[in-house]
Amino acid sequence: MELHGWGRYPRVNAEVLEPINSEALQKILAGKESKQFCIPRGAGRSYGDSALAEKVVSSRFLDSFIAVDDANTLIRCGAGVTLDNILKVCIPKGWFLPVLPGTKFVTIGGAIAADIHGKNHHCDGSFCDYVQELTLASASGEVLRCSRSNNSNLFHATCGGMGLTGIIIDATVRLENVPSVLINRKSLPASDLKQCFELIEEYNDKKYSVAWVDCLSTGKSLGRSVLHIGEHAEEGVSSYRNRRGLSIPFSTPSFLLNNFTMRMFNSALYNLHKKGGETYTANYDGYFFPLDYIRNWNRLYGLRGFLQYQFVLPGDSALGGLLEILKQVSRAGMGSSLAVLKKFGEGNKNLLSFPQEGYTLALDFKREKQLFPLLDELDAVIIDYGGRHYLAKDARMSEATFKAGYPEWEQFQKIKERVDPSNVFSSLQSRRIGLT
Amino acid sequence: MKVLIIGATSAIAKATARLYADRQAELFLIGRNEERLGELLTDLKVRGTNQIGHQVLDVTRQKEHIAAIQQAYDFLVHVDVALICHGSLSDQETCEQDYEMAEKEITINGLSVISLLTLLAKKMKHQRHGSLAVITSVAGDRGRQPNFVYGAAKSMVSTYLQGLRGRLHPFNVHVVDIRPGLVDSPMTSHLEKGPLWASPELVAKKIVNGIDNKRHTIYTPGYWRIIMAAVRFIPEILFKRMNF
Repeated sequence: MELHGWGRYPRVNAEVLEPINSEALQKILAGKESKQFCIPRGAGRSYGDSALAEKVVSSRFLDSFIAVDDANTLIRCGAGVTLDNILKVCIPKGWFLPVLPGTKFVTIGGAIAADIHGKNHHCDGSFCDYVQELTLASASGEVLRCSRSNNSNLFHATCGGMGLTGIIIDATVRLENVPSVLINRKSLPASDLKQCFELIEEYNDKKYSVAWVDCLSTGKSLGRSVLHIGEHAEEGVSSYRNRRGLSIPFSTPSFLLNNFTMRMFNSALYNLHKKGGETYTANYDGYFFPLDYIRNWNRLYGLRGFLQYQFVLPGDSALGGLLEILKQVSRAGMGSSLAVLKKFGEGNKNLLSFPQEGYTLALDFKREKQLFPLLDELDAVIIDYGGRHYLAKDARMSEATFKAGYPEWEQFQKIKERVDPSNVFSSLQSRRIGLT
Repeated sequence: MKVLIIGATSAIAKATARLYADRQAELFLIGRNEERLGELLTDLKVRGTNQIGHQVLDVTRQKEHIAAIQQAYDFLVHVDVALICHGSLSDQETCEQDYEMAEKEITINGLSVISLLTLLAKKMKHQRHGSLAVITSVAGDRGRQPNFVYGAAKSMVSTYLQGLRGRLHPFNVHVVDIRPGLVDSPMTSHLEKGPLWASPELVAKKIVNGIDNKRHTIYTPGYWRIIMAAVRFIPEILFKRMNF
């Protein structure tokens, strides 16, 4: 069947295997004919081609909870369990996931493979920092338990390893106790990027912090933005929430998202928060997952799909680099409507994890022919500034760009060669960036 | 709320059990594979069911039905919803070559269900409330070349349910015939999927809704009611020449 990532580009005709438990999975891996190029896939929420290959092993039916440890706030569950499933179970207990991305529909397996981050990376690190242990089916069909103390090299390669070391069967995740799932949030406008940086530093102690940057503003207001900060409320009724929301039933013509409509949208958003400074309380669902309210929002970009471009620039030079990139984007007139800016704290020991200390920016682009040369130019700037790209969003970067951004790739490849000598696990992405 | 599910490890049953677990229902699960039943039990406990029992049963062993149903009643005391989900997607060609295979498929999809319904109907008549829900199939609506053994077994159950519904009506027992269309589950993993395919989760939602609202026949997703009406409408003279 035809498969694609969340960005709906590229597309590939793939055979999808859906094991119902670890025995079925082992049987697939033992089967000779399936040895060619397969890649595990969760909810298909990575944007580009990291979960695409000729053969795809879906974790759809590995969706059971296995154990709960109330004393240590641990949950063990199958790789196909979504963050939404976990929230449903843990919120009544007063627990919360310590790292939440922009959508609750990702699976645990995917969250680990991409070592995802959230609005609180500067305080709390990334998802895999809370993974205690994982069960991995290796290329030979052998089932391995990996943690920081057991098979630790494989553990650090698998966390953030984009599914290239094996198939995660289940994982044990540590949750955190929170007083409430209500979030006290505040929005602060910044008239340009420099001011936004200052605000981010000023509010560095707030648990959640993320900025929306208007990429279409130019000149003096280049990088005009709104910083959203938030913290858990001290009290308030904790309850799981599942809004019904809207759904985009089919691909809308992509010209609807044009420079004009996006400019209007951005201005409206900025003016909405212009006064800012007021704190109000929001439910976690609306705060963390605003886009989940519109199911299939990716269809708004039309049949050709879109690309998300996320990178991180380290430390002090970040402001200069970001300004340069925003200038290039607005000069090209390609207008990513909204960009998301976030400060990262320190990175971790995982070999291919994306987060490293600095600032990350994520941009959306409608897929157009002229886009690719622009992104190549941006790549060069990012490498110049010592940055790197997020593999879970990438659909086009070159091998050289990848290897420059992730110097630990050689170490990763050594471990991969040991557990998967014949390169059973390989995606379109891993082949493009020269990892498999 | 007390719910008995037979064929509990099937994808639709599993998704339905999870919806009942969300409501903190008391559950009793009957299934063939002990290990998979155990996995499901743990999963449902984590999801919010406190009271949950189980029993291993191979439905082709008719003699063991009585004991299994009794087990369920011993555990739950009374049953608000009994849902029969087990089934096997028959290989039509093998069944045409080998009667024993056909008989086996008809036993699993048809006769075993009727045996269980006989036992449950008696119990429910006695308790004077409850819903009996059975998953049949749109395949039972008309015999079609690619799967008429499966279809025949399912339509036997559907016809049986129509009669049983009237029989149990005076006793305040409701009978629901659930007819899913194409469901994207492990049972159909070998088939090519298209736009008409529905997820087990969606089907489960419709099942629970249908039982709540005391519907008689549920087509799920709903468009199958229209599709099957059209299929039934095709004159036999044409239909016998169609292979779909």
